[in-house]
Formats: sequence, structure tokens, C-alpha cells
Amino acid sequence: MSSIALLVVGLSAFATGYLFYSKFIAERIYRLDPDFRTPAHEFEDGVDFMPTNRHILFGHHFTSVAGAAPIVGPAIAVIWGWLPAFVWVVFGTIFAGAVHDFAVLWVSTRHKAQSIGTLADEIVGGRARVLFLLIIFFLLLLVNAVFAVVIANLFMANPGAVVPVWGSLVVAVIVGFLIYRTKAGILWPSVGALAVLYLMIWMGQYVPFEFPDLFGFAPTQAQLAAGDAQAAAAAAATDGVRAGWVITLFVYGFFASVLPVWVLLQPRDYVNSHQLFVALGIIFLGILITNPEVIAPAINHDLPADAPNWFPLLFVTIACGAISGFHGLVASGTSSKQIDKETDARYVGYGGALGEGIVAVTAILATTAGFAVFVGLDGWHAHYGTWASATAGATTAFVQGVGILAQGVGIPQQVAVIFAAVVLISFAATTMDTGVRLQRYIITELGVQYRVKFAQNRWIATFIAVACCAALALGIDRGAGGMRLWALFGTTNQLTAGLSLLIVTLFLLRLRRPIWVTMVPMIFILFMTTWAMVENLMRYWTDSEPLLIAVGAAIFVLEIWLIFEAVLAFRRAMEERNQTAAKQAA
Amino acid sequence: MNPPSQNSAGQGPGKWWRKARRRLRAAREIYEGIFFAPYRDQIYREYRDRRDLFLMMSFADLTGVPNPVSFYTLELYPELIEQFHQWHLRLGLEHAPEGGFRCC
Repeated sequence: MSSIALLVVGLSAFATGYLFYSKFIAERIYRLDPDFRTPAHEFEDGVDFMPTNRHILFGHHFTSVAGAAPIVGPAIAVIWGWLPAFVWVVFGTIFAGAVHDFAVLWVSTRHKAQSIGTLADEIVGGRARVLFLLIIFFLLLLVNAVFAVVIANLFMANPGAVVPVWGSLVVAVIVGFLIYRTKAGILWPSVGALAVLYLMIWMGQYVPFEFPDLFGFAPTQAQLAAGDAQAAAAAAATDGVRAGWVITLFVYGFFASVLPVWVLLQPRDYVNSHQLFVALGIIFLGILITNPEVIAPAINHDLPADAPNWFPLLFVTIACGAISGFHGLVASGTSSKQIDKETDARYVGYGGALGEGIVAVTAILATTAGFAVFVGLDGWHAHYGTWASATAGATTAFVQGVGILAQGVGIPQQVAVIFAAVVLISFAATTMDTGVRLQRYIITELGVQYRVKFAQNRWIATFIAVACCAALALGIDRGAGGMRLWALFGTTNQLTAGLSLLIVTLFLLRLRRPIWVTMVPMIFILFMTTWAMVENLMRYWTDSEPLLIAVGAAIFVLEIWLIFEAVLAFRRAMEERNQTAAKQAA
Repeated sequence: MNPPSQNSAGQGPGKWWRKARRRLRAAREIYEGIFFAPYRDQIYREYRDRRDLFLMMSFADLTGVPNPVSFYTLELYPELIEQFHQWHLRLGLEHAPEGGFRCC
């Protein structure tokens, strides 16, 4: 299969979805009204509420939702073959993910730009708000833990990326300073930042940095059982290096999340946005010029013995990139306060999710064409030889794949590999910064609610957030099994989306509009995630992993709670509807 | 007489150039907007918190805390009067605290 053909199929499907399906939803289901007075106009204050140009809003929305997750998920999921991953990304985005983002943006716009938590309280009921807070708590916990492991693995596999990544922090601080303190405008500091960053990426190959093993762990029983004593000692040393990276990253996350946003987070996010577009451009050009064959199997019949079934695990492995509840937080948190016209919701919400779907498709191509061509079919099967190596090595497959595609554009492969690693690490790190910051807000809020004084202190709240996440990241086989959290992260992300879809469906029911557009995806993802969680829990039980069992069981309880709330809310809504109909008939 | 790049009907390279410049400006506005839009509210809040702290330090004596440099900070009052009003509203005081200022 030619990768250009696969890319064209994906892009055509997305274009068709946007032109026809989203138009149908906008006109027939949501019935968007260009004259509706949006919250940005109604409550305009120049700060939170401000009518914003739709292209700006699209850029903001897309760069907020697109990150490392739509790359890592598909890069793991291709273990089942490229076809299931591709089909789920394309159809999931068109019929579930983009519909979800579009819907949340619209419902929030129709409710004074309220966030999902407040909407849950108002439309579903008081308990749903508590449920929402708990889901978000677990989502952030898992995001921070799993992304710390992702970054640590990337640093260990790509020592050349260390200098450019940490150097980019200094560049971001300088950009922020130039923009705010010297009023140098945005264009030239950004161009300069990118130039310096790419220079550092080029230099990275000459100054690789390998973290020393500070812990000197003794080999575990499993490591001793797996190979000879030398291999076990090497594996234990790797654990020590990973633990060192994870702790360093959380120390960084601690300080990054208490700094004012304009100092680091904002300029860093902005530099990353450029990186995203440059990376996508290079991948597209690389595919068009080299057109590598997708030699990885369409459906992998030589699955490793420890790999779970693709049905239903695929649907939680690829969360972002198909459907993600996190997008709803962005849509209802900031985008709905800035939307100029209600009709813009289609372009911003549906279009932004399609953008993320495109990122996921490029991740599939980079791993099943670029990387597979580089290592050969046998090498590909060896890389995806076990479920553990597939999850831990997914990012390496993507990074190497982008390296091959970039070589086609004329960039030396070694430089391109560092570039791809830097892009992926930067995305994951920005998500971590934001995640720790949000986790701190939640802990402070809980402190206020339950009158726990020390939890209201920003430093202590941040420390609690960071310590919980670090304990989770290092708690599973000293961090070596950290990527096992990925499925739980996907599940929690889907649960958030399920709650949002429930809110939208109930709102549509109240308006007496067709509900299948949001109800079918809601039932689908709740069914798949519940099934996946049962399988996961059974697996964790067999592997005797107490931490995974505890976190998994908590998420499973939330899942059952959500289904329970959904059933109750539907019954209530249907009764109300019938009563109104009876009154009208009388 | 019209400049050579522009004919009487407003057609030609002059119009094309103006259109291109307009589009370029619009593109630049979008580019800059993407930097500011996501963080506008958070940055404003941080700015406001710092400004509130500054006002609190400048006019501490109005809240009963002795301010050793009030003689000097009083000079800032004409510059800060508009912010002063917003500040005491945020403090929860409908009217300006007693202290001889004519605010509201």
C-alpha cells in the first residue's frame, strides 16, 4: 500500500466529513444561528469574554488540543496492524471526536459559556459535577504520570534531544521577555526562536547527554529471571536512569507550574505551535517525495503472546486522535467565551478535531511506512515483538519514522530524528506543565471546600500534585511499566468525553431534536471503555500489580457511576418529555 | 493626477498592492492573535493581582496598616485614581475607604 494513497484516503474522508456531515449537523441538528448573541458579545469584558476572529480561535483551539497524545496512541495501536488504527482514527474523528468537540462548543455557547463541570450540574444533576471533578482528577494524574514516562523514555533513546529541549526553555523565556518587556512584536522573536532552536537541534547530535544512574537499583526478581546477571544489572541501571529523569521532570514541572504563564508557558506553547506546523509540513512533504510503502501488516496476524485483543483495547489506546474528552475542557473553558458567531463553532470545533485526526494519521504513516521501511518488516515485528516493547518503544518508532520521511526532504536523518524527538518531548512537556498547574488548582479548590488550610497554599498544593504523579509514574516496576498507564489514561479521557456527550444528548432531548448524532458515539465509547476496563483489570490481577488494580478499580467505579447517571438522566428526561406532551395534548 | 501605479478607476497594480498589504496585515493579526488569545485571561489576572498588591502597598494606611512612605505614594494618586476605584470595588468596598480621597 502506498503511503500517499493512504494519506489521500484519510484527508478525503476528513474533507467529506467536514463538507457534508458537519454541515448536516450544523443545519439540521444544532441549527446554528448566525444572529445568536454569543457570550463573547453578551458578556464582553476584554479578558475572558471577547469576540475573536474565527481563524485565531481555530489556531488557538487546534494548538491547544493537538499534542503528543494523538501521536503516542496511534504509534502503539499499530501493533494490531495499520488498518484498525486507521479506520478508528478516520471514522472515530468524523463521527465521534469532531462531533463531540463541535457539540460541546455549541452547548457551552448556548449556556453562557459555562464549563463542562457547571453544565453537568445544570443539565444532568449535582452528583454529575462531583463525578466530573473526580474524572478530571484521575485524568490529570494519569496525564502527568504517563507523559513523564514518555519524555524520560524519549530522552533515554535520544540523548541528542536533551540540549535542544532544555535550551528551548531559555529561548522561550527570552521570547516572552522580548514580546512583553521590549514590545518587539511577535513575528521576529518567533522567527529568531525557531532559528536558534533548529541550530540547537543540529548541534544536539554533537553534544548528546546521558543521565547518570543516581540510584544504583538492585535487579528485580523479574529482571534476574529474564536473562543473565549482566543483562539484569543493565536493566536495573536503566531503571535508575529513568527514575532520575522522571524526578528531574517533576522538579521542573513543579517550578514551571507556579511561574506566571507569560514567563514560560505562553511563549513555549507558541514556539511549539510553530513546531507542530513545521513537523506536519515535513511529514507531508516527506510522504509526497519519498512515498514509502506501508509495509507493516494491515492486520497483524503475528501478534505477540502478551498483546491484548484489539477489540476493545484499540478504542482506549487511541483516545486523542479519534475522540478525546480533554478537547471538551478546552472548548467549554476558553473557546466558547471567545466565539464571535455561533456558526463559527463548526469551523473551530469540528475543524480543530479533524486537524488532530490528521496528526494521528501522520503518526500511523510514520510508524508503519517510514519506520517500517527503515528497519524492514522483520525489524518492525521485532520492535513490536511484545506489548511492553510496543508501548515503551512507540515514540521511538515515530521519531525514527519521521527521520526517514525528513531525509526525503533533504534533512540529514540524524538531525531529523532529534527534531522529531524534540517536537514530541516539547508537546508532552507542555501538556505536563498545564496538567500539574490544573492539578494544583483542583487540590487548592478541594482545600477551600473541605477547609484544609495547608492544601490552599500554592507551593504545598503543587508539591502534593507532583508527588502523587511521580509516585504513580515510578510505582509500576520502578517506572519501567509506566506506559501501562496509557490504557487507563485513554479510558479516563473517553469517560470525560462520555460525560460531555451525555450532557449534549440531554440538551438535544430538551430541544426535541434528533439525539442519535451524540447518543450513538456516547453508547459506543461507554461500551468499549467498560469492556476494555474489565479486560485491563483482569490482566492487572493476573500480573499482581496492586497500584494498577487500585487506580483501575477507581476508574471502573467512575465508569459504572457515569452509566448509572446516564440511565437515570434519560429516564428523567423522557418522563418530562412525556408529561409535556400529555399536557399539550390535554 | 493619479500616481503611475493607479489608474482613474482604482484598478491596476496599485489596487492589487493595497489588497495584498491588507491581506498581509490580516494574516499578521491572526498570527499575533494566536499568541495572545489562549492566555489573555490568565495574563490579565496575574497583571491585576500584581497591580492590586502594588495599590495595597501604596495605600496601606487606608486599610489601617501604617505606611511609612505614604507621603510619597500620595503623589501617585492622580495616576492611579481609575485603578483605585476598581481596586476598592474588588476589595469588596462599595465606596472608597475613609481617608480624604475623592473617589466615589
